[in-house]
Order: sequence, then structure tokens, then C-alpha cells
Amino acid sequence: MLRRTSPVIPGFGLTLGYTLCYLSFLVLIPLAALFVKTAELTWEQFVAITTSARVLAALKLSFATAFGAALLNGVIGTLLAWVLVRYRFPGRKLIDALIDLPFALPTAVAGIALTALYAPNGLIGQFASAVGLKIAYSPLGITLALTFVTLPFVVRTLQPVLADIPREVEEAASCLGAKPLQVFRHVLVPALLPAWLTGFALAFARGVGEYGSVIFIAGNMPGKTEILPLLIMVKLDQYDYAGATAIGVLMLVVAFILLLLINLLQRYIRTR
Amino acid sequence: MSSLSVAAPLPTVARQAPKQWGRLTLIGAAWSVFAFFLLLPLVIVLTEALQAGVGTFFSAIFEPDALAALRLTLLAVAISVPLNVLFGVAAAWCVSKYEFRGKSILVTLIDLPFSVSPVIAGLVYVLLFGAQGLFGEWLLEHDIQIIFAVPGIVLATLFVTVPFVARELIPLMQEQGTQEEEAARLLGASGWQMFWHVTVPNIRWGLIYGVVLCTARAMGEFGAVSVVSGHIRGLTNTLPLHVEILYNEYNHVAAFSVASLLLALALVILLLKQWSESRINRLRHSGAEE
Repeated sequence: MLRRTSPVIPGFGLTLGYTLCYLSFLVLIPLAALFVKTAELTWEQFVAITTSARVLAALKLSFATAFGAALLNGVIGTLLAWVLVRYRFPGRKLIDALIDLPFALPTAVAGIALTALYAPNGLIGQFASAVGLKIAYSPLGITLALTFVTLPFVVRTLQPVLADIPREVEEAASCLGAKPLQVFRHVLVPALLPAWLTGFALAFARGVGEYGSVIFIAGNMPGKTEILPLLIMVKLDQYDYAGATAIGVLMLVVAFILLLLINLLQRYIRTR
Repeated sequence: MSSLSVAAPLPTVARQAPKQWGRLTLIGAAWSVFAFFLLLPLVIVLTEALQAGVGTFFSAIFEPDALAALRLTLLAVAISVPLNVLFGVAAAWCVSKYEFRGKSILVTLIDLPFSVSPVIAGLVYVLLFGAQGLFGEWLLEHDIQIIFAVPGIVLATLFVTVPFVARELIPLMQEQGTQEEEAARLLGASGWQMFWHVTVPNIRWGLIYGVVLCTARAMGEFGAVSVVSGHIRGLTNTLPLHVEILYNEYNHVAAFSVASLLLALALVILLLKQWSESRINRLRHSGAEE
């Protein structure tokens, strides 16, 4: 490791050393233990566990619901970010402050609140079940719960970028004869896309791993409404450590890939 | 994670009628989304908690198991927040004040716990310290219990809250640069004098912001803690786990009463966050004017 700037500022060795030690002991070594434990399995065993019907169903469910929630957030998050940055209206401060509620609220509280809302006898659920729509205890309910807990991601990544776009650019475009939709497509979309994708990826990554808010509303039927993190819990409760570890490694690899993508996107935003 | 919102300048140009309509539609849509997705869950917690009257509400909160859970939650917060503040300052210091190879990898590693499912955070500690774990036998011989005990809960909470303070401080300190610290050093300040008199006042509000976010997560963590807790009432139950137990016992009123306590804490956290955020913005603006 080479250091270049500021030889007069002390503390490089101390802070870097402490940072690395703390991270290693708390995060890196424990995560490595996961891989060490998996190494006890043969490759065939690992594949057999991760491609069993129950795991595949959970994998599909987790990914589909997280994707749906991230997409829904992509729409309503953009709407909220746009309105909060561009307009002044009654209640703006309140909305802006409460956008972060899903991060501040314990996920278990979100879980039981949403279940109470969407259960067949709940405030919204009763209307849905009157038209034959089942929200709680179905993938739709899981998607809505994930939408709630990941709501701030898209809004908060878009807001600063949106505020930085000079209004003159849009005004110039419309003065030159562009219709509102053309301005949106040719001016705003290219400027906002990297931030939007970052918010989307963050929401998706969080959604795949989310546990607390989902287990209450999911119903947890094996093969139908059982998410991947819950399956790890189930395997642990059955003392099936090998199974839990194999699924854990699978999820971790997916998380690494997503993290890499997010970082590349953010670097792209910075260097543009 | 959450970045600071920046207010756009007020629109000065008078809008024509069709634009006015579009604007009102969008604002209306935003309000509806807000009410549906955020306000409604908030209201339902309170109404469910109070549906059996205020007496039941308070007896659920002051019940011994609930108080024990509150104590454990506060203990986890009291240990994890200061440790992560120390880590956050150290990490932000070496990342923002120096250039070295592998810096971007280090920043990625700091963020890693955000991308890992909380259940996995709990799982790795079970694999290390559980009865079947790598250190399981050694711990058993020395009669130390980590999993299904308080140390496990603290470790799991620490894991999921590692990045919060560092994430808030790194961009702030990068923006501030090294000039003020260098000036202090050249004027003869020692390393610690420079840190306490120059750096700390500069990063104060960012630090508070990070602490607020870290506290929120430490207090509300569910998945990671759930794996390592063992759910022993009165002993290894945190408040969110207590909510789960009550809910699964169909004691909905008690579950929502305890949940509304957590909701109240969350609202306090949002207020503190808003306040520290506005202070950071004010500092930025005054810095820009000078």
C-alpha cells in the first residue's frame, strides 16, 4: 500500500490498521467461515441442495418478488423524487421526512402492520378479497411488503441528481420545440438513468435478503410462499447446517454480483 | 445509504395552464402514493394498539417480558453504536485523507454488510460459535455461550450496523479535504489536538446523522438477531422479537402496543435525522458563501 498525499496528517497506519482489523474480525472472517463450512460438502452435494425443488421455488419467489418491488419502486420512487424536488406544495416537508420511515421502522413492525392491512379481514384486504384478490399470504403481499421496506432507495438516489439538472436544459429543449414527452425521453431519462438503476439495484439487493417484514405477510407455505432467507431459518431449525450454509453461499454470491454492479454504476455516475 | 436531499430553487417562471394541470396531477398522485404506502401502515399500528383501550396498551408495554426486551434492545444499541462510531471515524479518516492502492476495494468491503441478507449475518455466527460451529467445542469446554445468548445478539447487531457511520462520514470528509488539518499541523497542533479541535467540529453533524441511522437499525434489527437469539423470553428477546412472539401467539393487541413503542422511537429517529440533516445543509451553504 502506497500513500501519496498529506504527509503532515498523522494517523494513516493507526486508522487503516484499526479499520482492517475491525472489518476482518466482525465481517470478513465470519463470512469466510461460511465458505469454509461449504467446503465440507462435495460439489455434487452442493448442487443437489441448491437445485432441490424447494430451494429453486424459494429462489424464484425471492427474485421475482424483489424484482417486482424494485420495479414498482422505480415508478413510485421516480414520481415522489420528481414531485419533492420540483414542486412546492402543502405537506412537502412531511412527505420528505417520512420517506425514510421504512429505514427507521423495525421491519417486524412493518411486517405486522402490512399484514393487518392486507389480510382478508384487514382494512384493504377486505375490499381485495371481495373482488377475489388475495394479497396477504400470496406473492403479491410479499411484493408489497418489499416495496414498503425498500421505498426510500430510488427516491433518495434520484433526489440529488434531479436537483442538479439545471432547469435551463429542459427549458432550452422546450424552447427549441420539444414536446414534454420528448424532453422527458431525450433530456431527463439519460441524465437520471444511472441513478435510477443504482436505486433499483439497491432495492432489489435488499429485497432478496429481506426477512423481517416478509415472514408475517408471506404465509410461509413451502414451495409457494416461502422466501430464500426463511428457508435458511427452516434448515437451521432442523439442524441441517450443511443445507443452510449452501443456500447462504448461493445468496452471498448473488449479493456480491449485485454489489459489484452497483459500484460500477456509481463509478459511472461520478466520472461522467 | 440515504443521501442528503437538496432543495431545488423555486420555480420562478409562471407556468401555463396545461402545465399547471400536469403539476397538480403529479402532486395528487404523490400524495396518494404517500398516504397508501407510508401513512396507512403507520396509522394501522396505532389503531390496532389502542383498539382495546389505553389500559391494555400500557399493561402490554410495562409487562416484565416487554421491559426485559426493551433493556436488551437498549444494551445492543449502547454497545454497537459507540463501537461503530469509532470504526466509522477511523475508516473515514484513512479513506478520505490519504490515497492508497486498494482504497476502492476497502470502501466496497465497508459497504458489504448492507448487501448481505441479515439472516446470513446471523448464520455465519452460528457457524463460528454454535454448538456445531468451528469454535463450538472450545467454547463448550470453557463454558462460554455466545449463540442463544446476549453476546450473539450484540455480535449480530454489530455486523448489520457496521457501515452506517462510515458511509455518512466518507463523502463528507472527502468533500472537506485536508487543508484545515494541514493548517492546524503547520501551526504546531499535535495529531490529537488537530483531530479534536479541527476535524471533530467539522464532521459533528455528519457524525450525529450516522449515529441516528445506526441506532435505528440496531434497535430494529430482526433477521440477524432472530437467528442467534433462541427466543428465550425475558433473556434473549429484543423488542422486535418480542413483537413477533406476541403476534404468533395471536396476542395482536399486545403485539401492536409494543410495535407502537418501536414506531414512536422510529419517529423520534426521523426527527433527529431531519434536524442533523438541516444542520449539515446549513454548514454546506455557509461554507459555500465564504
